[in-house]
Amino acid sequence: MPSIDYNEKIPNNVNLSEDRALRRALEHWQPNYLEWWQDMGPDGSQDFDVYLRTAVSVDQEGWAQFGHVKMPDYRWGIFLNPEKPDRKIHFGDHKGEDAWQSVPGEYRANLRRIIVTQGDTEPASVEQQRHLGLTAPSMYDLRNLFQVNVEEGRHLWAMVYLLHKYFGRDGREEGEALLERRSGEEDNPRILQAFNEKTPDWLAFFMFTYFTDRDGKYQLHALSESSFDPLARTTRFMLTEEAHHMFVGETGVARIIERTCDVMKDLKTDDPATLRAAGVIDLPTIQRYLNFHFSVTVDLFGADESSNAATFYSTGLKGRYAENKRKDDHVLKNDSYPVLQLRDGKLVEKEVPMLNALNEVLRDDYIREAASGVKRWNRVIAKAGLPFELGVPHKAFHRKIGSLAGSFISPDGEVLTQEQWRQRENQWLPSSGDREYVASLMGRVVEPGKFANWIAPPAMGINQQPIDFEYIRFN
Amino acid sequence: MTDRVDYQTEPDAYRHWKLSVDGPVATLSADFDEDGGLRPGYKLKLNSYDLGVDIELNDALNRIRFEHPEVKSVVITSLKDKIFCSGANIFMLGLSSHAWKVNFCKFTNETRNGLEDSSKYSDLKSIAAVNGACAGGGYELALACDEIILVDDRSSSVSLPEVPLLGVLPGTGGLTRVTDKRHVRHDLADIFCTTTEGVRGQRAREWRLVDEIAKPGVFDETVKNRALELAAKSNRPDGKGIALIPLERSIEDNALRYRHVSVEMDRRARTATFTVHAPEGEQPQQVDAIEAAGADWYPLALARELDDAILSMRTNELDLGTWIIKTAGDAAAVRAMDATLMQDRDHWLVHETIGYLRRVFQRLDVSSRSLFALIDEGSCFAGTFLELALACDRSYHLELPDDPDITPTVTVDEVNFDLYPMITTESRLERRFYSEQAALDAVRAKIGQPLDADASFELGLVTSNPDDLDWDDEVRIAIEERVSLSPDALTGMEANLRFNGRENMFSRIFGRLTAWQNWIFQRPNAVGESGALKVYGTGEKSQFDWDRV
Repeated sequence: MPSIDYNEKIPNNVNLSEDRALRRALEHWQPNYLEWWQDMGPDGSQDFDVYLRTAVSVDQEGWAQFGHVKMPDYRWGIFLNPEKPDRKIHFGDHKGEDAWQSVPGEYRANLRRIIVTQGDTEPASVEQQRHLGLTAPSMYDLRNLFQVNVEEGRHLWAMVYLLHKYFGRDGREEGEALLERRSGEEDNPRILQAFNEKTPDWLAFFMFTYFTDRDGKYQLHALSESSFDPLARTTRFMLTEEAHHMFVGETGVARIIERTCDVMKDLKTDDPATLRAAGVIDLPTIQRYLNFHFSVTVDLFGADESSNAATFYSTGLKGRYAENKRKDDHVLKNDSYPVLQLRDGKLVEKEVPMLNALNEVLRDDYIREAASGVKRWNRVIAKAGLPFELGVPHKAFHRKIGSLAGSFISPDGEVLTQEQWRQRENQWLPSSGDREYVASLMGRVVEPGKFANWIAPPAMGINQQPIDFEYIRFN
Repeated sequence: MTDRVDYQTEPDAYRHWKLSVDGPVATLSADFDEDGGLRPGYKLKLNSYDLGVDIELNDALNRIRFEHPEVKSVVITSLKDKIFCSGANIFMLGLSSHAWKVNFCKFTNETRNGLEDSSKYSDLKSIAAVNGACAGGGYELALACDEIILVDDRSSSVSLPEVPLLGVLPGTGGLTRVTDKRHVRHDLADIFCTTTEGVRGQRAREWRLVDEIAKPGVFDETVKNRALELAAKSNRPDGKGIALIPLERSIEDNALRYRHVSVEMDRRARTATFTVHAPEGEQPQQVDAIEAAGADWYPLALARELDDAILSMRTNELDLGTWIIKTAGDAAAVRAMDATLMQDRDHWLVHETIGYLRRVFQRLDVSSRSLFALIDEGSCFAGTFLELALACDRSYHLELPDDPDITPTVTVDEVNFDLYPMITTESRLERRFYSEQAALDAVRAKIGQPLDADASFELGLVTSNPDDLDWDDEVRIAIEERVSLSPDALTGMEANLRFNGRENMFSRIFGRLTAWQNWIFQRPNAVGESGALKVYGTGEKSQFDWDRV
């Protein structure tokens, strides 16, 4: 077997050349990773030269190097934000102590679980999106999809680095298992159910990158506060890449809306059937997709009263979003927080100990930000002078996790019976007809500068390149 | 009285289990109602259980035993997504008194032992179809089954996280069954029992924690095939089931009254007197008539009533620490019943009834109450009824030297050698005489002969044989003295003396529960202000006293 210079192959700032144990682990893991990418990475794309951003270091110049590259040759690197000397733990029971540079035995199980659960979502989303390349609405979008995919791959590397470096044999086995699970495979599913669902079309993809990758952002923020310093540093760097994914989602949906509004103005109609006949996606359908992805993502934050959340915080494994900017004692033993409950047919707030409510705190932070992007979408509609507003549904709508699971709540927060829900479900969530219609629009448009009929071109290209730049060479 | 615990239920009233029967296979599906806790203050999330859940499980197993003799194997599984069972509800344990926890653990132990009892004696096999996360008491339930099949979905694991998560032990036989039953190597067991995330897939099988793993796509089929295989191999006697109709009973402030059993409570004296009445009138002797009588058939009715009385008294009357056991009626009627039991012991209903009586006597053995038998005028301690006296810590047999015609007698029968082994598999006579052949032969020579107090005392069958001049004072003083002693010391002492001979997995399960778990459950490291059990789920860290004791 020819020897590979892993130091050369794997850009890193973790001193890989000096770390024999880690190199040996990665030498073993990397071929399996590439095999996974060949099997489960973007369908039929292995030979394309794609204009990708590659991180080769964490500084301003290094983290965004653009160039054409075949995806299997992408230099998936290992980057941690620079170490802050003397970093102290800033929340929980260990507040004021030195941050941990290795895994405390006492917290091994929970840290491993957090990292494995986060890590599992990264390859999962690549798998969920692997057929989308066949129906890309433009070369520009195809390139963005591939950028998202390789960066999810890099995020997997980041988590696997932690497992290999800090968790011994057990960590290596978990690293292998991350490559063995498969999204949506009945016998071998990914850990979180949302990552076993299909991403069937590009509207779903943009919604996913807007809503569900934003869950990733909030989780990464919470982990970037961790007392386990390597986890904090690696997630902080991941956040710079995650931002691009949400940009893809936000602008993708905005461009669909823009195109729909153009056609609405041209035809002077808001009739969904007429608009569908004209080959664009009517706004009510966009709202239903929004409702679906929002509610599924809101569930990802976990149960509204959670003993794990309390334990993770108090033991210093996972903080809150922007922990440092909060003005409280960062221990939270005596605080409480309201969570929603269904009691006697009404939604009421119940005060629960703050520590147990931290999933809800993070969920509420997320909802505020997710809703603000929806306002930007509304500006696109307003700019077209059309009287329609998109909105995020009520927090209790369509929940499957936590105490609201099993209740029937409308997007306005109205408590319904199961029968009332059943009658109106198709007004609120994409019906099979909606999905079939959107699927019918999906065809492959990949000549430079050309765009599918149902989506507007972006305002500008990638890395200051023109919109009709050859982002992908199909060879 | 509103919060007294009732052990009687029926499938239509279940909130936590679904019992379904398909040919020779019964399926018990766990779908615990979060809001169905027996006491306020906790939710039964993630298929976690409390006493109420186990009362249903116990009832369901009895339904299978009696209402479904066609069933040869039982599948225990879950209807919740990705969760099999996460064990006893921790918040319930944190809120409960020590007595409640111990009573709860004892009953759950008895129910799990009952699964193994039915496997051994009735060839009713069980499979844990572990289709999701299986932790703590959930895995202990699985361990009590004959086989464990774990779904191999790369995330479902079996685990015993009590030590690392809660600072207590797996108290329902987990540790003992992992070693004694499944022969998991002790160092692997050490890792297993200190690893919160448990062990999954192939490794779980290699470590012998499960028997089989199956991918989700073939899981149901694997379980079904295996259940049918076990059913096909079973020799459980077949028949047409009988209905376990609701018990006739009245619950009064100071008494429980059933058709054949009554319990009178003397709260000032802190005693409860159980009186078991012999069958009266014509009794069915042929199996057809026995089946026709169904749940009214005397021995079955007796077993159910006595069982309910014991459970009720154990849970609801904590301070009545001394139970006085009496019998009343015609010894000949008891002996006739025993003759029927012996003669038709292979008939499915007779067989199951004997099993029920066996488990009721075993329940008595492990009850933390002082048990005194009073063999007085009008009593009928013969055969099956003598077993009650043999189960007691002491027995007092009245001698009436001037009235040989009415002097109370006891009668040993084959049933005392044969039908009601303790959990250790010894008969109570063997336990009594340490299996010494001479003593047992002497007793055997008297089979069928009524023995007065002097004769039974001579043979060592009773503790004391006071005559009518001494009886009142001797019995009164003995009970008053007993009642005055430390209840904790008595519980420990009685358990030691009752289980004096052969040890096996079952005796170890109870013995270790009493000795270790109950100690740990009392220690500040578990239940102090910052004990692991108290702070679980709050985000507080448990504070341990690091001294090893």
